[in-house]
Amino acid sequence: MMKKLMKNVTLDKYSPYLLSLVILGVLLLIWSSLTSVPKFNPAGLSEDDLMLMEMNGDIVRDEAGGFLNNPDKLQTIPGPGRVLDTALDELKAPFAKTGTNDHGIGLLVGYTLKRFLFGFLLASVVAVFFGIIIGSSRIIFTAFNPFIQLLKPVSPLAWMPLLLYSIKDPYWTSVFVVFMASLWPTMANTAFGVSNIKKDYLRVSSMVELSWMRQFFTVILPAAAPSIFAGIRISFGSALVAVVPAEMLLGELGVGYLSWIEWNNLDIAGVIFAIIVVGVVGFILDWGLSKLASRFTYSEA
Amino acid sequence: MKKYPTMNNPYDADRIIGAGHSHEAAPLDDAAKDFVKQSNPEFRSIAATTAKPCNHSGSCNCAEKADAPLAESHEAMVDNVVEEAVVRAIFPNDVHRREFIRRVGQGTAASIVASVFSTQSFKAWAQEPVKSGQIEKKDLSIGFIPITCATPIIMAEPMGFYQKHGLNAKVRRASGWAMVRDWGINKEVDAAHMLSPMPLSITMGAGSPAVPYLMPAIENINGQAITLANKHKGVKSAKDMKGFRFCVPFEYSMHNYLLRYFLAEEGIDPDKDVEIRVVPPPEMVANLKAGNVDGYLAPDPFNQRAVYEKCGFLFKLTKELWEGHPCCAFAISQKFATDNPNTYKALFKSIVDATYFSSDPANRKDIAKAIAPKNYLNQPEIVLEQVLTGTYVDGITGIKKDPRRIDFDPMPWNSMAKWIMSQMVRWGQIKGDVDFDAIAKQVYLEAECEDMIESLGYQKMKPSYDKFSVMGKEFDPSDPLAYAKSFPITRAQ
Repeated sequence: MMKKLMKNVTLDKYSPYLLSLVILGVLLLIWSSLTSVPKFNPAGLSEDDLMLMEMNGDIVRDEAGGFLNNPDKLQTIPGPGRVLDTALDELKAPFAKTGTNDHGIGLLVGYTLKRFLFGFLLASVVAVFFGIIIGSSRIIFTAFNPFIQLLKPVSPLAWMPLLLYSIKDPYWTSVFVVFMASLWPTMANTAFGVSNIKKDYLRVSSMVELSWMRQFFTVILPAAAPSIFAGIRISFGSALVAVVPAEMLLGELGVGYLSWIEWNNLDIAGVIFAIIVVGVVGFILDWGLSKLASRFTYSEA
Repeated sequence: MKKYPTMNNPYDADRIIGAGHSHEAAPLDDAAKDFVKQSNPEFRSIAATTAKPCNHSGSCNCAEKADAPLAESHEAMVDNVVEEAVVRAIFPNDVHRREFIRRVGQGTAASIVASVFSTQSFKAWAQEPVKSGQIEKKDLSIGFIPITCATPIIMAEPMGFYQKHGLNAKVRRASGWAMVRDWGINKEVDAAHMLSPMPLSITMGAGSPAVPYLMPAIENINGQAITLANKHKGVKSAKDMKGFRFCVPFEYSMHNYLLRYFLAEEGIDPDKDVEIRVVPPPEMVANLKAGNVDGYLAPDPFNQRAVYEKCGFLFKLTKELWEGHPCCAFAISQKFATDNPNTYKALFKSIVDATYFSSDPANRKDIAKAIAPKNYLNQPEIVLEQVLTGTYVDGITGIKKDPRRIDFDPMPWNSMAKWIMSQMVRWGQIKGDVDFDAIAKQVYLEAECEDMIESLGYQKMKPSYDKFSVMGKEFDPSDPLAYAKSFPITRAQ
């Protein structure tokens, strides 16, 4: 049985993954060796020094009365073990609510996802709609293009004060920051895609006298789909980039907020954990989106 | 409106009262103007809130009382006498009184007097316990910044002070002062922890849209420090600080004013000789660690945190500059207080109660434990304990003891507001033509806080606070503008 498996599956197929694991192992090893803290040695320190260090939380007494490094205090950048401890601690009760400002990591991811998806989907619908209108006519395209090009490079966070001032609600402001982040790339790409549909397709479709609606759904949309999805992918990335600082700046509960409060406590292990969470969430979402995209797009060949 | 027996109605324009009164009176127009100005709810919120709920004893002038049998009772007679005295005090010259009443009408005059000099005093209102059925809004959200200054506001949640006074209040953490300000203005929170200059600046519209704000109570006094990076351990005075880059938490903060004052006293111009940046407190420690800044005047725990992180030392506690200076405060919009008088009263009581509890050194250790968790300050308990108990490592000389390193006293003395405004003028944040007295009175509710303290059975910590010195120089609250101009380094004109 085992032999058969080994025969069918060549080492070649798995070797890149093996290599990934090796790289991870080496990185962890370097990380932990760079961050290891030597054991506390009281030699050469007076009673007063020790008292001062204990008072300042550098060292704690162990059961035998000797001194140890305070395990709760970071002496350097935290090592992988410390980050793992923090992660396990956070994951112990992912859906716990301990007061208004301390929600479990599962809930925080949920809040961020909700905010993200809300803003992103809303922006995608609006952007595709207007993108198609703009792209369907050369004149409208040329007229609108300068505005899109001007607004596209504006950082979505630059909109935040204006949005907060006019909406007067931090939750909706954060949604609209995500909205702003994901609007322009999709709109620009949709307009581009629609305006560059092969003229032959349109000619054929008008020759067979398709109705406007059918032409739109069977010809224009599929033909423009690859570039629309390319735009959505770009929007997706920039929305994900925007959602974290938006939460930090607006004090809205979420993963970005988590990293802010860990930073507030100068708990670098917590900050690293928050970074990992953002990475994992982004990875899963991106993977889902690419699966979705491959369903709707076709290849020229 | 209340009916008056014709004989002793002080609002009767035809009746002559106080004959033989020989006070000199202001000309009518001025008196009338002052009158209207004072009675404007913008200027006297408490009067408005007391006049609103209509379950008062005999002296109330509200419409509901109109049909009650009047004047015959002894109580009502006494009230009329009081009211007549009030009216006489406002119009020492009886001719003016009669002319004024003829112009505005009896009803208006009576309600104006009621709103300014409600004979139902705030004190009685404060004394009266809040029944839970009267509270307009039980579930409250109160914004705070995670610093030890906000101790009473924060610990009132885990230690049950809001509950004790019938409220279900939750504290909500903000990451910066601008955020708290915007939450307050946008009604995201019902009340907030603010820096004591903020209710003044928000009311005046300096640096934000103008929204009338009230500051019923100070949170903490003292409790800030100038922290310098370890490389500056040789610094002796401000003169050695030329070219330094400092951080303060907000433009409209005691931190900014005290740092500027401290530097300017020794001839260092805070705008020219050093750089002062606004940085959120948590980032100050990281910046100090990275060598990006030379020091800061910041709220704790971030001074003590620098010592804990071994990147800085406490150069000077702010209590060495001005013993008993205000720092953070409990603030609420005037609109919320007027619309929800009983909620406001319960909240006010909880805060004053919690502040007195925090002031007791015996409770400090427990408080440190209560506010250390992630939901509140999210700081190591050992750091908070050093700040609150006042036995701490200063990072340069060793262990120090000062149980009043941070202290808590709710009294919002008007003289403090005037000092703060004098510094706003001094550094060009506002122009010198402000009505210091009116704004101080409108925002810093000195008398109301005094009554609230009494109603809870406490004693004021200081009998009065008309005069105080900052770095040895006395401040005279009667002329803040002259004070602002009196410094060699000043932008006041």
